[in-house]
Amino acid sequence: MKIWLSELRHSVAAVLSLAVISCGIYPAAVWILAQGLFPAKANGSLVMRSGAILGSRLIGQGFAESKYFHPRPSAAGQGYDASSSGGRNLGPTSKKLVDAVRQCIADYRAENNLSPDTIVPADAVTASASGLDPHISLKNALLQTPRVARVRGLDEKAVRKLVETYTEGRDLGILGEPRVNVLMLNLALDGTLK
Amino acid sequence: MVAKSHSLFEWQIIGPAIVDSFKKLNPLSLLKNPVIFVTEVGAAVITLGLFSRSENEPFGFVLQISFWLWFTVLFANFAEAMAEGRGKAQAKALRKTRTQTIANRLKADGSVERVQAEQLRKNDLVFVSAGEIISADGEIIEGVATVDESAITGESAPVIREAGGDRSAVTGGTRVLSDRIKVRVTANPGESFLDRMICLVEGAARQKTPNEIALTILLSALTIIFLVVIITLKSFGFYSGVTFTVTVLVALLICLIPTTIGGLLNAIGIAGIDRMVQKNVLAMSGRAVEAAGDVDVLLLDKTGTITLGDRQATDFLPAAGVSVEELANAAQLASLADETPEGRSIVILAKKYGLRGRSISEMARTRFVAFSAQTRMSGVDFDGRQIRKGAPDAIRAFAGDNVPSELQGAVSSIALSGGTPLLVADGTKVLGAIHLKDIVKGGLKDRFERFRAMGIKTVMITGDNRLTAAAIAKEAGVDDYMAEAKPEDKLTLIRKEQAAGHLVAMTGDGTNDAPALAQADVGVAMNTGTQAAKEAGNMIDLDSNPTKLIEVVEIGKQMLITRGALTTFSIANDVAKYFAIIPAMLVSVFPVIAPLNIMGLRSPLSAILSAVIFNALIIVALIPLALRGVRFRPLGAAALLRRNLMIYGLGGLIAPFPGIKLADLIVNALHLV
Amino acid sequence: MNLYGWIQLALYILVLLLLTKPVGLYLIRVLDAGGRTFLDPALRPVERLLYRLLGLDPKKEQDWKQYTLSLLAFSFAGLLFTYAILRLQHVLPLNPQGFGPVSPDLAFNTAASFATNTNWQNYAGEITLSYFSQMVGLVFHNFVSAAVGIAVAAALVRGIARPSAKTVGNFWVDLVRLNLYLLLPLSTVFALFLVSQGVVQNFKPYEKATLVEPSNLQAPKNDSAAQTIAQGPTASQAAIKMLGTNGGGFFNANASHPYENPTPLSNFIQMLLIFLIPSGLTYYLGRKVKNQRHGWAVWSAMAILFLAAVLVCWRAESYGNPRLHALGVDPADGNMEGKEVRFGVFNSALFAAITTDASCGAVNSMHDSFTPLGGMIPLFNIQLGEVVFGGVGSGLYGMLVFVVLAIFLTGLMVGRTPAYLGKKIESYDVKVSVLAVIILIFSILGFSAWASVSQWGLAGLNNAGPHGLSEILYAYSSSTGNNGSAFAGLNGNTFWSNITLGLAMLFGRFLMIVPIMALAGNLARKKLPPPSEASFPVSGPMFIIILIGTVLIVGALTFLPALALGPIVEHFLMTGSGILY
Repeated sequence: MKIWLSELRHSVAAVLSLAVISCGIYPAAVWILAQGLFPAKANGSLVMRSGAILGSRLIGQGFAESKYFHPRPSAAGQGYDASSSGGRNLGPTSKKLVDAVRQCIADYRAENNLSPDTIVPADAVTASASGLDPHISLKNALLQTPRVARVRGLDEKAVRKLVETYTEGRDLGILGEPRVNVLMLNLALDGTLK
Repeated sequence: MVAKSHSLFEWQIIGPAIVDSFKKLNPLSLLKNPVIFVTEVGAAVITLGLFSRSENEPFGFVLQISFWLWFTVLFANFAEAMAEGRGKAQAKALRKTRTQTIANRLKADGSVERVQAEQLRKNDLVFVSAGEIISADGEIIEGVATVDESAITGESAPVIREAGGDRSAVTGGTRVLSDRIKVRVTANPGESFLDRMICLVEGAARQKTPNEIALTILLSALTIIFLVVIITLKSFGFYSGVTFTVTVLVALLICLIPTTIGGLLNAIGIAGIDRMVQKNVLAMSGRAVEAAGDVDVLLLDKTGTITLGDRQATDFLPAAGVSVEELANAAQLASLADETPEGRSIVILAKKYGLRGRSISEMARTRFVAFSAQTRMSGVDFDGRQIRKGAPDAIRAFAGDNVPSELQGAVSSIALSGGTPLLVADGTKVLGAIHLKDIVKGGLKDRFERFRAMGIKTVMITGDNRLTAAAIAKEAGVDDYMAEAKPEDKLTLIRKEQAAGHLVAMTGDGTNDAPALAQADVGVAMNTGTQAAKEAGNMIDLDSNPTKLIEVVEIGKQMLITRGALTTFSIANDVAKYFAIIPAMLVSVFPVIAPLNIMGLRSPLSAILSAVIFNALIIVALIPLALRGVRFRPLGAAALLRRNLMIYGLGGLIAPFPGIKLADLIVNALHLV
Repeated sequence: MNLYGWIQLALYILVLLLLTKPVGLYLIRVLDAGGRTFLDPALRPVERLLYRLLGLDPKKEQDWKQYTLSLLAFSFAGLLFTYAILRLQHVLPLNPQGFGPVSPDLAFNTAASFATNTNWQNYAGEITLSYFSQMVGLVFHNFVSAAVGIAVAAALVRGIARPSAKTVGNFWVDLVRLNLYLLLPLSTVFALFLVSQGVVQNFKPYEKATLVEPSNLQAPKNDSAAQTIAQGPTASQAAIKMLGTNGGGFFNANASHPYENPTPLSNFIQMLLIFLIPSGLTYYLGRKVKNQRHGWAVWSAMAILFLAAVLVCWRAESYGNPRLHALGVDPADGNMEGKEVRFGVFNSALFAAITTDASCGAVNSMHDSFTPLGGMIPLFNIQLGEVVFGGVGSGLYGMLVFVVLAIFLTGLMVGRTPAYLGKKIESYDVKVSVLAVIILIFSILGFSAWASVSQWGLAGLNNAGPHGLSEILYAYSSSTGNNGSAFAGLNGNTFWSNITLGLAMLFGRFLMIVPIMALAGNLARKKLPPPSEASFPVSGPMFIIILIGTVLIVGALTFLPALALGPIVEHFLMTGSGILY
């Protein structure tokens, strides 16, 4: 009995004291340091225009109009709901998945004026893990370029140049994949970023 | 020799073993072997299920599966019965020595009565005269006798047994050849040495060894795991729309649980004790045999174990101005009447210098001076010459301190090399030195080398001084030695090694060895030793050959290796069985899974049947290995492991593939399903 | 399987290898009650203060029973602590979104989940939990459950290393020192690094962004003109969730969420953090048992199993889904469903292997959407017991159980009673070792079998057919293995799922720790003869092969039948038929 009581006392004391350190002091310290050192990033890498938040450069946004580059299909909420992240979680033999991808491919080919046997980039027709993927592959962007140029009445080369500007390479030249940030590219197309 | 080895399959053994296999089907007796018990339950379930089987399972298929499962149990029983049968055959041979004898018991009033041997009780006193058989184990309390112990040891030369000292024990069933002795009985009927031996080799008194218990726990755990796997598989099948029948699930279960090692485990243990008996070593328990395999320190008495026991002359070292022949001649003369082994060895060595043997009778008017503890010299007086050989200081005194300096050097270098120096003097003239040497038994060095490779440390125990001990230790190749050892030092040494985590084996025969024998993890008592020594040890060497310790260790290791090898083999087998059964179970509902049937087994039913057949027959196939034991090789742990893993691990992984395929071909050729 | 993948894989293993020794050496100092570190000037006073608060003599060691008792009492107190916070979050501070109390079954599940280092998430963080619940109720366990795992591993290593000893250390001292000297400093450094990559760290309410294209069809919820962007103290949680192999994401999408894992570099560092301590612990093992080659042999066995898992998973994911290829998807892109563009197929496969080799459970891609074989790898990794580097501490102690079993199985073949580093493996050791293994198997297969035939189990499925079985198997494997990743389509937030998953986590954690502590105590008692030629070789290729073989054979023999009906059948259906579910 005595040992139980002493263990209980130790446990309660340990829970409370360690909670103060790891849940109070630690996050507060990280918060203060982060806000001091990297304020923009700590607060969400937000893109602002005249006080209004346009979005975050890290968080994808939905675009459906043909003058914009389109992001990947999203399963976050109703699509690109940044308060409800998540993937579609359909397995490889799921009828829903195959049907959805089939539809996506058809739409993608149609809106981009591609022949029915064009091979479509995988990222263009599959949902991302977070539902908030801000990127598409360069291959995907380049397939959309003629459409965007045509709708906007711009020179295709100029749009392609812009795509290349908003293409991020591999980190340190090695890590990850090259990718195009859709929100930033579209904002640039709109001239909002200037 | 009593304990002759039996060829593996003799009909006298196989016949009763088959009968025993059926007797052992009694579930109560199988309970202590969980793997085989589960197999029996499975066999019973399928047999009962014959009458309520599902429609898509042909009667013949279920019948055959149930047959083969029963065979699996029978084969496991047969393995055990075979091992026991071989033990019984040896016990029978032992029993023959127990012919009924009549004993002369001394009554309290001093008179002698004749009684049947089995009426004798502990502490009774009996007289045994020449020509009579000693009726019970005991200790000589009066008299000396020559005894023929060939009934027990197989050694035809009679041995001397005398009251007091280390040669006082006698064994029931041996015959007194000369003289008359008074013996105090030390064992009640049924408890004698021979009785215990018979019990052990029959396997009746066998208890599970610690390692067997641990292994049984592991095998039981695997059995439980596979039970869970099979039971839950039923649910998963239900989810997937696949109906697994009881027959198929039980078949899979029996194939997965380690029936091979489960069936052979007991046989391996019994066979281990049996192999000891074949070496004329009687292990008091399976635990002792197992401990023998674990021993990593061997305490070996120098005399008798490492050396021949007697010192031999190996060299003559003449003084300046003396020829070797001259010295040899004098030495031979001085030793002619010396009947000690040392003396004889000097005579023999001298012959090499061209001196033919002379007989004492040739030499008239001579007076032989025998060795005495006072003079510490022996020699001969003739023709006015006084020739003496003896310990250096004795000769120095005899010759008037007239030892040339080069001989002084020779004497000390002989002592340094572990030998015993003798000086030879003719009157006051010191002719030279004789080098007496302990002769190390042949082949020991290689043997100790092998032990070292196996990680076993050899320690030589001797009463010799440090110098001598060191030299002999070096020559014999032991790792360590204990010089100037008193019997009680052995006990201290054993305790010290054990405290450091070592397991110690030793041999002993004297009463003062008893505490050390009891303390050692493996104490091998010589059969010629005292009763106290035999009681204290956990093994008895009937041949009383101290070098036997080495074989004892090897047999222990062999038993452990066999157990490990078959366990690994058994578990590795499961991989192939999965490849046979899983596709067979699923292919009806998921035909796309067919590529998994990598053995190309003909049909689902024949695949399952073939796996079950292989699983049963592999037990039979491995019975000889279990009884004979995996061949032992004196290698380091890493090399042994590599070798056995290649054979039994990799082999266990691969072998079932062709095995099951072959079974499938036969099953289909005979249209069994 | 392109060159960049190979380079990244090599880089990852190389960096891990280089960090193993320094981390191991540091662990030796932290796990020695009197060990000195460069942080002493700052932290020693705090350490002493904590001992005073606990009323503890740090020099007094405990035997295994006392150690286990302290551990269980502390974990139970922590469980109640978190349960209370979740139930009361509506009255606690830092709740800018005004979330209500968490339901009792979900609160039980979540408290069990974090107290057991599982971090299985039956809730979606950004729509259920207040900042206080996340930061205090959950992050607390991210630290202490990691420390508990390492403490058990340290106790077991002490048991192996010490000759004829009664005690295995002092739980409270280990707990305090691991938190102060190891977890907190490293987490702070890495949290700041993550912020520099874009991980958020604030206490703001969720931001509203005015959409660039307000009218688009994919607009969220009711407000078609704005995007609500969840915020919060993410970096401080993300660092420890990796370092402590907890894995519980701040956001529902876990490490695939751009705010939790914004760049390939942050991804690389997070993957490194998962294996950092487990890898260092193998060095700690080698140093403590005075056989560094043994430590490296265990490391190598882990590394080989890891490499095999990565390669199979990467191969399967790069190959992609032939069903989609038939529709016109570019086969060169591999399987991108449920993956982020910035990570691509390789980093998703690598992360999946790492997070399930360890008991981390953070994900940067959705395992549910992997190809059958690609998804079987994380599942099988968990079923192997997460012993490939594994969870902090739990990986090592799990692997050491396999070491004991491997040596027992094959050790007889050297002709002696099997001994691990001189300590004989006797029936008691075998008993507790198999108990630890059996408990996992019972929990995984038992609960899965129950769920797969019951109404409540099937109700939560997001996929039908073999993939649905995989979802169930994954759920109970992950919870029992204290991993926390999921085939996330499965909805586990129902009453029975919450209860069974919660129980599986508790069984998998504590019913495993008790036998392992018993093993530690029993091994500690034993004599320790010096190594000789006859000792079972615990280093070198032969030992590595035996260890890998034992892990694979035990795992494969146990789970193959169930896997055959799940991912294996699904693989053949995907490649060899036109069936869809």
